[in-house]
Amino acid sequence: MGRYFVRRLLWMMLVLFVVSAITFGLMHAVPGGPFSREKALPQEILDNLNARYHLDEPLVVQYARYLYDVMIPRFSLLEKDPDGGYIKPIPSLVDDFVIRFNIGAVEFKWMNFGPSYASRSRTVNDVFKQQLPVSFQLGMMSLGFALLLGVPMGILAALKQNTIWDYLGMSVAIFGVSVPVIVLGPILVWIFGVSLKWLPPTGWGSQPPYVLGLFPSNLGPEFFKYAIMPSVALGLVSSASIARLTRASLLQVIREDYIRTARAKGLMERLVITRHALKNSLIPVVTILGPLFAALVTGTFITEQIFGIPGMGKYFVTSITNRDYPVIMGTILLYAILLVVANVFVDLMYAYLDPRIRYD
Amino acid sequence: MAPKVLEVKDLATQFKTRDGIVHAVNGVSFELQEGETLGIVGESACGKTVTVLSILGLIPSPPGKVVSGSAHYLGKDLLTMSDEEIRFIRGAQISMVFQDPMTSFNPVLTIGRQVAEPIEIHQGVSRKEALERAGELLALVGIPNAKERLSDYPHQFSGGMRQRAMIAMALACSPTVLVADEPTTALDVTIQAQILDIVKRLRDQLGMAIIWITHDLGIIAGLAQRVNVMYGGFIVEEAPVKELYAHPQHPYTIGLLGSLPRLDASTHTRLVSIDGVPPVLMKKPTSCPFAPRCPFVMDRCLQENPPLLSFDTHHRVACWVDPKTGGARA
Ligand SMILES: Nc1ncnc2c1ncn2[C@@H]1O[C@H](COP(=O)(O)OP(=O)(O)OP(=O)(O)O)[C@@H](O)[C@H]1O
Ligand SMILES: [Mg+2]
Repeated sequence: MGRYFVRRLLWMMLVLFVVSAITFGLMHAVPGGPFSREKALPQEILDNLNARYHLDEPLVVQYARYLYDVMIPRFSLLEKDPDGGYIKPIPSLVDDFVIRFNIGAVEFKWMNFGPSYASRSRTVNDVFKQQLPVSFQLGMMSLGFALLLGVPMGILAALKQNTIWDYLGMSVAIFGVSVPVIVLGPILVWIFGVSLKWLPPTGWGSQPPYVLGLFPSNLGPEFFKYAIMPSVALGLVSSASIARLTRASLLQVIREDYIRTARAKGLMERLVITRHALKNSLIPVVTILGPLFAALVTGTFITEQIFGIPGMGKYFVTSITNRDYPVIMGTILLYAILLVVANVFVDLMYAYLDPRIRYD
Repeated sequence: MAPKVLEVKDLATQFKTRDGIVHAVNGVSFELQEGETLGIVGESACGKTVTVLSILGLIPSPPGKVVSGSAHYLGKDLLTMSDEEIRFIRGAQISMVFQDPMTSFNPVLTIGRQVAEPIEIHQGVSRKEALERAGELLALVGIPNAKERLSDYPHQFSGGMRQRAMIAMALACSPTVLVADEPTTALDVTIQAQILDIVKRLRDQLGMAIIWITHDLGIIAGLAQRVNVMYGGFIVEEAPVKELYAHPQHPYTIGLLGSLPRLDASTHTRLVSIDGVPPVLMKKPTSCPFAPRCPFVMDRCLQENPPLLSFDTHHRVACWVDPKTGGARA
């Protein structure tokens, strides 16, 4: 297990390095820069801005500087305050670290993604803190919806194979796979938001401060009123693939010899399914959770645009138009880390479900 | 004669496949007396497994279907019982040891859990108690450190250990009838002998009746009282074991016994190969299914499928030919 984590960590380092290099290259290959305007800024101002953000240096130096800021941990000594505690300096725009804590007088700081060029008073870290929880909540709601709808629908379709339930479920699934969020989103907004006026057509129902920095503090009707439409729009595609996979997998498991053994023991059909078939049939479903998670992450970009949700995705799309280099880099790296972590989680779940799998 | 526990009549099972209907079992009838051990022998794909699965209602449907017949267990027809009724019989009164120990255990549940399951559901004891019993059963079938191995998963067991665990599971509720489908095929000879000893001992202790399906004529000789020989979905000969070995009547049986020099339990002779290929089961035969491979074949064999008729009090055979003379049976 330890070896597995070390391997995964090294792998993640490599992924992050490659991802950051590609992003950095592409970002600078696109014409225009963070300070290009319709009406060009005077040359002196432009030079000043470029110098301030080190944009006048060669690209390789800029990249090295970026890696240094993000990857290399810093240590500093804190001063004692009169009450016996330590004085923690308020971070400035250029030294706002994502991870920051102190043990005694020694402060540990890691991952400084730098300032945002577009909103001059915020760092990338500030953007993360404010925007990411919203996207996280949207993603989790969608994943939850996808699983809560997809798994039971797949099970029902398999157990009632070739009945109306099966056909109904699989029709919903085919509809789900073929209608992307970009089509479904506006339709939902039009029906439930604009025509029927049952649900707010745009916005998000939770504000900071968030519980543990991520979770909404008002998990009630007010939250769900806003969350339900975008979560359904984003989650439906995933629920469809989950449903189809669950159905196929359960149908296969039911034909296995050990299911016959379970029946031969005199088990009730209900127990044959729940105890002997379900866990086995969910193993392949868990394997697609990794790619599914990735699809949901990218899906939030579009969904947030459609529903006007102030999340990371919406901010990220804007940051590309603005050539807000640190935000682009930061977001991509953060999402890369997230995906690697999600895949580790999937691996662990896989090992939990299937005792034949052990990582070492 | 002891009372019948199981009476199978005219049982026929078919499978609908893409290439047509497979006539896997074509109207077999036999009885099982209390405490008796019945052997079923025959080459691969002759319908041995399908016969016993049909009796227990375990044929996968679709594609399979029991198309006719009855199977009375202590006077009640298993084939027309409700799911709930037959559930109380399966695993408790009639239990089964499956052919393939590799795939017959659930890979994600512990061995202990699976062996304990019949006890838990049929005897209404707590899971903890059932597990304890499972440990004793595993020890009984000769699994070393049985208690510690309860928490193992099937992939941590060897094939032979799994087969023994399967037998332990089948014996868990002291059944009236044990159906064993080639239970010792995967085991080496010493373990085979151990298992046979255990089964014989339990049979004598519990008065359990056994249906033992095998390829191994040596095992049948030392274990069974009566033998059914199956061919192409039919029972072609049925006789007490000594009678069958001494006076085989069906040319197929004679072929099977061909290389067996004498009735000896320690001679573990596999079925000898008989020239020709096993019958295709895609259509219900109108002639004798063995005719294409039979050295004694006559005109009648190609026109009419012989029924299973009494040859002697306890000896039935389905053949038009008298193998002694090579001519028609009197
Ligand atoms: N699920 C199924 N679908 C289609 N055909 C089947 C199915 N199960 C069994 N059969 C067919 O029924 C026939 C009898 O099979 P069965 O398993 O009873 O043979 P067997 O005598 O047990 O052979 P073996 O000694 O190899 O176990 C075979 O022709 C087989 O192909
Ligand atoms: Mg078989």
